[in-house]
Order: sequence, then C-alpha cells, then structure tokens
Amino acid sequence: MLIGKVIGSVVATQKDEKLEGRKLLVVQVHNHVNKPLDQYVVAVDSVQAGPGDMVLYATGSSARQTTLTEGRPCDAVVMAVVDSWDLGGDNVYEKWA
Amino acid sequence: MYLARVTGRVVATQRYEGLAGVALQWIQPLDEDGKPMGEALVACSVVSSGPGDMVTFVDGREAALACPTTFVPVDAAIVGFVEQAVSKGVDLARVAGGA
Amino acid sequence: MFLAEVLGTVVTPVQIPVLDGERLLIVRPLTPDGRRTGKTRVALDRASAGTGDRVLVVDEGNSARGILQDPKAPVKCVILGVVDYVDTETRVYDHRRPRAGKASK
Repeated sequence: MLIGKVIGSVVATQKDEKLEGRKLLVVQVHNHVNKPLDQYVVAVDSVQAGPGDMVLYATGSSARQTTLTEGRPCDAVVMAVVDSWDLGGDNVYEKWA
Repeated sequence: MYLARVTGRVVATQRYEGLAGVALQWIQPLDEDGKPMGEALVACSVVSSGPGDMVTFVDGREAALACPTTFVPVDAAIVGFVEQAVSKGVDLARVAGGA
Repeated sequence: MFLAEVLGTVVTPVQIPVLDGERLLIVRPLTPDGRRTGKTRVALDRASAGTGDRVLVVDEGNSARGILQDPKAPVKCVILGVVDYVDTETRVYDHRRPRAGKASK
C-alpha cells in the first residue's frame, strides 16, 4: 500500500455502469517522509474518506477485493484513513496535530 | 517475496472492515546487499514484526491471503521475521543495521 | 518464468504457517547471458537448489499455489528447477563449462 492525500473527487456522469454509485477520490501520493510527489491516483473509496484526509490505498487486483469493487473495473481502492505514522521512532504525520 | 526492513508504524483506526486488528508498517525493500531497492511502502504485518526488524514480504493479490480475513484490499503483507539472510557469504540480518 | 542466480539463504523462525518446512533462497534475476536484471527476490525452493546455482523461477500466484497445492497460500515466487544449460543464438550458459558464454560468438 502507499499513502496519499485526498485532494478532490471525480464526478463523471457518463461512465461504465459498473462504476455507478462509487465515490472516486483523487489522491496525491506522499512518500514515507510525507513529501508530496507529482503522482496522482484516482481510487474508489471504501472507508468514507474525505478531502484533506491522508489515506492508505491498495493497487492492482487487490483493489477489487472489497464488496464495493469486486468484479468492477477498479485498480486502486482507499482502504484506510491514516491517523499518524512514525519512522525510526520519530513522528512524521499526526492527523490531529 | 522480497527482503525488507521495517522502518515505521502507521496508525489508522478508520479502515476497511476486514482489516481490524492488522498491524500496518512502513517497509523498505532491500536488495541482495541489504541496500534499499525501490521506494518504501506500507504493508500489513501478521508476524508481530516491529521497527528495525528484517522481514520477508509478499506483494500483489497474494498478500491478502496472509491476512486473518482473506477477502481484503491488501497489496503487501509481511509474512516472515528474518533471523538470518546469508547473501554472497554475508549475513545481511547482522550487518545491514537496524532502524 | 525467468532465469536467476541463487545468492544465499534466508532463515525466518517466525512466519506464516504455509512457509513452515520450506527452504527460502535469495535469487537475483539474470538475462540468458548472465547479466543482472530486475529485482532481487526471496523464493521457495522446490528444486533442491543451492548457493551459486542458476535456477528457473516462477513469480506468479496461481502457478505457485498450484505447486504448493494450497489454494490459499500467499506465495508467488518459487524455484522450479536447477538449470543445466541455456542455449540461445549467440551465447550459451553451461554449468559444466563455466565461462563458456562468449565462445560461440
């Protein structure tokens, strides 16, 4: 999994019917030291994440292993909202700070 | 599977329902010399590993099969705690350093 | 599947039960003429390979689960065989004649 920040959502009226009712989030990838990268992913939300949230997302066929995405054309899914993380004992990100 | 070093911990209370109780950890994949190989990523741990430990992890859909609930959106899972990893005659678990 | 060189062994006293009793080896993928390519992996040994051997490796879940005969095994990377030699148009690897690689040029 990788971590990224939800910077928006995608609205598409005309889309594959299997994506109906799925919330699509635009996620900007951050690396392990919380540096934003010039890399973006559109992921289906499975945990009620919202704009500004730091989230964990899974990619590839793993992304279809949720009740929301099974059998659907989806290769990235947000599977957790991150509260905090540390590296080598040092706090890197704190949601409530 | 790949070799990796656990470098940190991730806390996430709001998560996909099947993932309750699974530890999430930052890992840095390692090459045959114990040097970083590629970018760090977050993996589920099912072997009570912790920061500084050398581990093996599996990626892709197979990673979910290592979790307590197997139908979960997981693409990386730590599956073994490495005590010794001899490569080119050198034990990487001893010389490559901890966190 | 790909060709690889066995560089060493891994010992994991704490692991998922599926790996119990399996031998784990560090493998480095190689091109047919012996150059390093791709990422270094840890593979289950199902061919009694040893350090220094050139081996045939599969890194794909369905195949691995078939070999282990366990539909739920979280395993992808398995050593299937020890390579005796590789014939290509220009180069040959032959474990019986090390460094024979460039002879047929």
